[in-house]
Amino acid sequence: MKTVILDARRLLCPMPVIRVQDRLADLEPGTRLVAYCTDPGALIDIPAWCRINGHHIVETRTEGDDYIVVLEVGRGGNDRSI
Amino acid sequence: MTRQVKAVALISGGLDSLLAVKVVQDQGVHVEGINFFTGFCVEGHTHAIRKKEKAKPKRNNALWVAEQLGIKLHILDIIEEYKEVVFNPKHGYGANLNPCLDCKVFMVRKAHEWIERNGFDFIITGEVVGQRPMSQRRDTMPVVSRESGADDLLLRPLSARNLPETRPEREGWVSRDRLYGFSGRSRKPQMELAQRFGFDDYAQPAGGCCFLTDANYSSKLADLWRFRGAKAYEIDDIMLLKVGRHLRPRPNFKVIIAREEGEGRFLQGYRKQFVNLETVSHPGPLALIDGEASEEDIQLAARLVARYSKGRGDDRVELQVSGRDGVSHRLAVVPLSADEVPESWHL
Repeated sequence: MKTVILDARRLLCPMPVIRVQDRLADLEPGTRLVAYCTDPGALIDIPAWCRINGHHIVETRTEGDDYIVVLEVGRGGNDRSI
Repeated sequence: MTRQVKAVALISGGLDSLLAVKVVQDQGVHVEGINFFTGFCVEGHTHAIRKKEKAKPKRNNALWVAEQLGIKLHILDIIEEYKEVVFNPKHGYGANLNPCLDCKVFMVRKAHEWIERNGFDFIITGEVVGQRPMSQRRDTMPVVSRESGADDLLLRPLSARNLPETRPEREGWVSRDRLYGFSGRSRKPQMELAQRFGFDDYAQPAGGCCFLTDANYSSKLADLWRFRGAKAYEIDDIMLLKVGRHLRPRPNFKVIIAREEGEGRFLQGYRKQFVNLETVSHPGPLALIDGEASEEDIQLAARLVARYSKGRGDDRVELQVSGRDGVSHRLAVVPLSADEVPESWHL
């Protein structure tokens, strides 16, 4: 399974969500994306965005100052229209 | 087979856009949402920065609304393009640096481009005639339709019956009878409709969702433009205007002082971009110097920062001063007294 890392540190919401959204537009379904964020709001906003846009949250966790969201691109969920 | 009619809605996260979408959704139209991020949006930012807000996790209301409605939400970064709206609004500013009418024209124009690119049929907004003093008046709402290029593809479901018929109504994509005729500043009709739809949890109207409508924020932005000699900003500039106390003791520099731990942590991220000061002999805030400061200026800034530390009543406070190159030195100063910090320094 392909895994892609996204560094969204020092960005405040909704920028981490926008970075995730834009990065996902190029990824195939089933790809995993690991987003590193420093805004704790990302732990709420990225999963919410994934739920409404058809992607799957695998895990959310905190490591030191980083808030990490692991998600999997949904089938047909990646939005290339943006 | 009947073609599925599709509309895109401008979603701010407030009650009006929530209701506007629901009204159209209930007529069998497929709706998706667009939320624009200008950099000035109130949503999330200050809550993410300030520690005291952390006890109550902040949700993004646009995402929340989309989830309640079961629609996709496209969040578009328009920071760069939006600058022209802020710098040169054709229709001028409101009470502060808020270019509300130009902003609405711009956003509807972007939505119009989006529907053309994505094969959608029309645009929905939650606008209500007479609700806002600049962009939602009987005489300015047609300006938004016309200047955005959306013309009669722009439907305002909550106020449609006060406005000329639009193409979605003429084509039978929606029934005018099932649209509303709300007008004025009262929120009562919207609240009643929300109750009828079973929405009991929604963002309360709080005077807009844009920092440019805030007098204090606008004053700091105007100061930034004045002392830089041009209307210009980068995203870091407008983020920093949301954080800390801003004091300008001299025309060539200002000091941004964290007000609490969350802001201090946020400002830490800017230490490599600004000369920064931190008290070491007493608990105190982190501060950034924005501008070119001489040794004498740094001394004054240090005395100012000491004023906001726990050592404000002592004869001597020691600070660490770090340059953009990361090189640090210690400085011992006498904190400024309250009388030595004129009100005019506060932005």
